[in-house]
Amino acid sequence: MSAVPVEWFLVLAALLFTIGAVGVLVRRNIIVIFMCIELMLNAVNLVFVAFSRQLHSMDGQVVVFFVMTVAAAEAAVGLAIIIAAFRNRETVNADELNLLRW
Amino acid sequence: MHPATPVSFLWLIPALPAFGVLFNVFLGRRAGHAAVSLVSPGVVGGAFVAAAYAFTRLLALPPGSALAERLYPWITAGTLQVDVAFRIDALSAVMVLVVSGVGFLIHVYSVGYMHDDPDYVRYFTYLNLFTFAMLVLVLADNLPLLFVGWEGVGLCSYLLIGFWYDKDASAGKKAFVVNRIGDAGFLLGLFLLFWNLGGGAHSLSFDEIAAHARQIPAGTVTAITLLLFVGATGKSAQLPLYVWLPDAMAGPTPVSALIHAATMVTAGVYMIARLHFLYVLAPLSMGVVATVGALTALFAATIGLMQNDIKKVLAYSTVSQLGYMFLGVGVGAFSAGVFHLMTHAFFKGLLFLGAGSVIHGMGGEQDMQKMGGLRAYQPITFWTFVAATLAITGIPGFAGFFSKDEILAQAFSSPHGSVWLWLLGAIAAGLTSFYMFRLLFLTFFGECRADEHVRHHIHESPAAMTMPLIVLAILAVIGGYVGVPEHWLWGNRFAAFLEPVLGAPPEAVSAGAATEYLLMGASVLVALIGLGVAYQFYIVQPGLPTFLAWKAQGAYNLIFNKYYVDEIYDLLFVRSTVRLSTWLWRFFDVGIIDGLVNGTAEAVGANSGLWRRWQTGNVQQYAASMLLGAMAILGYFALRR
Repeated sequence: MSAVPVEWFLVLAALLFTIGAVGVLVRRNIIVIFMCIELMLNAVNLVFVAFSRQLHSMDGQVVVFFVMTVAAAEAAVGLAIIIAAFRNRETVNADELNLLRW
Repeated sequence: MHPATPVSFLWLIPALPAFGVLFNVFLGRRAGHAAVSLVSPGVVGGAFVAAAYAFTRLLALPPGSALAERLYPWITAGTLQVDVAFRIDALSAVMVLVVSGVGFLIHVYSVGYMHDDPDYVRYFTYLNLFTFAMLVLVLADNLPLLFVGWEGVGLCSYLLIGFWYDKDASAGKKAFVVNRIGDAGFLLGLFLLFWNLGGGAHSLSFDEIAAHARQIPAGTVTAITLLLFVGATGKSAQLPLYVWLPDAMAGPTPVSALIHAATMVTAGVYMIARLHFLYVLAPLSMGVVATVGALTALFAATIGLMQNDIKKVLAYSTVSQLGYMFLGVGVGAFSAGVFHLMTHAFFKGLLFLGAGSVIHGMGGEQDMQKMGGLRAYQPITFWTFVAATLAITGIPGFAGFFSKDEILAQAFSSPHGSVWLWLLGAIAAGLTSFYMFRLLFLTFFGECRADEHVRHHIHESPAAMTMPLIVLAILAVIGGYVGVPEHWLWGNRFAAFLEPVLGAPPEAVSAGAATEYLLMGASVLVALIGLGVAYQFYIVQPGLPTFLAWKAQGAYNLIFNKYYVDEIYDLLFVRSTVRLSTWLWRFFDVGIIDGLVNGTAEAVGANSGLWRRWQTGNVQQYAASMLLGAMAILGYFALRR
């Protein structure tokens, strides 16, 4: 058993999640926002894996596989939407893609 | 009083015209002109036959009997248990025969008169509906059912006055509104009566009201009878609610004959005769009825003197004659009132139909100043018109003489009557004679004053129109002989027939054959004076009326403009009501009702306008609010303990 305590993983995951969340909120480029979402997902994955090891349970790892599957599907759909949006509007700036409003 | 004999055919009498209505509504247009011309008068004729059969059945029973038929329970609510039930006793037998008989003749006449009207089927639908409602009114065994007929005839009157609504619908509306005023009084009287009948269940049938009448306090009876009389002044065009009847002449002329002369307008007289047992308990109401009747008779007769529209003269004459009937019932001579009702139905129906024939022949002209000399062109119309004129003016031997004379005699000698009532009636009789002969002379005598084009087309009316004229003329001549004065020929059979129902006429205060003959002579004398003056004015010296009108300009203008009653009513009631309604509309309807509804919508709209600003379309703002929300929830759970 490695001596790395679980807290380290949790702190790292929290840092990654915060970076992702801030990125989603402040960046303008949708592709970067998209990548930040992936970052948040992976931060959560890291928490699952860390607890899985700590608690000697496979459940967390199973959930991680689910998350990765969903993330892959989401990446495919999301990128397709981004390409479609770009073809129509010739921009990937989130501020300019604001037609859905009052 | 014998118990009523139950029979099972009375429903046929109103059902036949009702069938005619349904036929006209659903099949009339498809079946065509000829079928409607056959069915509509046919069903009324059928009703007359059924009524005549009922009459013979009634005659076979001892005097004072009644035929009754209870169809089904209509209203059952607490102590109120009203049936749809019909009844024929002596009084309703007379009414049913008059309504269906005269109604049949006028239906036949209408076939000729309305022949070219594009709305022929609608006309006969209304006319049959009217006959149905009127028969329900006179056959009803209880006051609520009578009121149904009462309202039904009012509706048909409105529909038929406004029959040519594309020309002018205001007369129909006026009739409707004025009748509503009267009907409000009628309804209040009805409620008051029900309220005061005492404990137990009530069917409000006439027998039951008669049985309970004496238990009602005297003051209440006076109130009830006066309220019911308000209804009668509306329906029967008495002061002060008579104003709708002259305007009702806007309708087709056969309608004026049937509804506004012969039948519907007499409903008030019938109602009072029907409820005579209440009225005799309220001497004050009797006095009011008699006074209003006498004043109306005189008042309307004076207006009739100056009218130039042939139908307007007859309309004011009708108001005046209805006044006589109320004078009759008001002094307690109920059978005399009903007698005059019957003879009036004959001769006034005939006068209107004759006027219709004249108007028809003149191509729609109603102004007597443009008539004259029609005697040569329309001989049948002329001679029947003469018969009717002699009947209405009370020339001895004709129908009106017997009935009017009986009313005047009773007005003088009855304990409810007085010499003043008699005087009013006698003066009105003289005026009646004058305006009727004036009408006759202006229309049928002298030179024809129509222009060349119209004169060329004047013709006698078709047989469908002249046949009813002839039948009614015969009735107008002989109709009075059922009720000749006491000790003449066979005596007053009519009064004897009605006596078990209506009670004996009140004992005369100053009886005596001498007085009676004196009164009779006086009324004949005033009639002859009226005739003589009219002859002098319109045959001998045609320039005289114009000269007199110029001499007495003030009085002439006052009467010619119908005492400005319409203008006064307009000023007092119509305008203030319109102003109040306008204010209510502007302030209450638009301001408050619409304000509330629109205000709610505007408040919601403004609120939404504010909140929709949140929807910026910026995904990152949404994400930020989601994050804040999630953090708030987490924070809540974390800090809860």
